[in-house]
Amino acid sequence: MANFTPLSAAIGGALIGLSSVLLMLLTGRIAGISGIFGGLLNPGTGDKAWRLAFIAGLILAPPLAGWIGYGMPTPELPASWTVIIAAGLLVGFGSRMGDGCTSGHGICGIARLSVRSIVATVIFMLTAILTVALTRHGFGG
Amino acid sequence: MLMIASLSCGLLFGAGLLISQMVQPAKVLAFLDVFGAWDPSLAVVMIAALAVSVPGFMLARSRSRPLLAAQGFWPTRDDIDRPLVAGSALFGIGWGLVGFCPGPALESLATLSPDVFVFVLAMAAGMILRDAWQRARPTARDDGALMRRPG
Repeated sequence: MANFTPLSAAIGGALIGLSSVLLMLLTGRIAGISGIFGGLLNPGTGDKAWRLAFIAGLILAPPLAGWIGYGMPTPELPASWTVIIAAGLLVGFGSRMGDGCTSGHGICGIARLSVRSIVATVIFMLTAILTVALTRHGFGG
Repeated sequence: MLMIASLSCGLLFGAGLLISQMVQPAKVLAFLDVFGAWDPSLAVVMIAALAVSVPGFMLARSRSRPLLAAQGFWPTRDDIDRPLVAGSALFGIGWGLVGFCPGPALESLATLSPDVFVFVLAMAAGMILRDAWQRARPTARDDGALMRRPG
C-alpha cells in the first residue's frame, strides 16, 4: 500500500458527505456533479442559478484554500491530448447516459440505498479498474 | 438564501475533495491500480462520506420539504436499464484513462491548467452529445429496461 493517507481521506470524505446532506436538506437537490453540470449545459433545464452557484463554490475552493496557505498542485494528466479528449468525452457521455457519476451514484445514491446507484457504482469501479490494469500492466498481469 | 446555500455546499464539497486529495488524478489512479502499488485512500473517502450521508439522507427523507425550497427532488427511479449499465461502463473507462471524474475536473479549472480546460471541454461535449442523442430518440431510455422493480 503506497502513499495511503487515511486521516486526510476520512476528513475530506466526511466533508463531501456533509455537503451532499446539506444540499439535500436545504435545497432538496442531489449533489451529483455530472447532473448539476449537465443540467447547466442542457437548454431544456430551467433551474440554472443554483447549479451555477454550486459549481462556482467548487471552483472557488482551491483559491480560498490557497489564500489560507493550503495550496493545490496542478493535476498531472497524461501527456497526450488525444487521451485527455477521449477520456473527457467518455466521462461526459457516460455519466449523462448513466444518470450519475462518483458523487451522484457513489455517495448520494448509495446513501439513499438505491439499487440503481449501487449497480452503477459497481460497474464504473470495475471498468475503471480494468482500464487502469490494461493501460498500466498490459492484460492485468 | 438558496444561492448562498448552493455556493456554500459547492465550497464544502470542493474542500472535501482538496483535503482528501481526490482532486489529484494520480491519487485516484493509485486506488484504481489494484494490481500495482495500491493506495486504498479513495475507499476511506467513500466510507467516511457514507458515514455522514447515510444518516443525513435518512433525516432528509423524513422531512416533508427542504428548508429553503418549495419541493425536494428525491430520485424515484430504481430500475436497472441498459443506459444505466452502458453509461456507467463508459464513464468508468474514461475515469480510468485519466483519473478525473466531473467534480475534481471542474474544481481543477482553478489551477488554470490547459490540460484541465481540454478535459472539461471534452466532458461538456460528451454531455451535450448524449442529451442531443436523447432528444433525437426520446423513447430510447424506456426501451432498454433490463429489470424492473415493482413499486
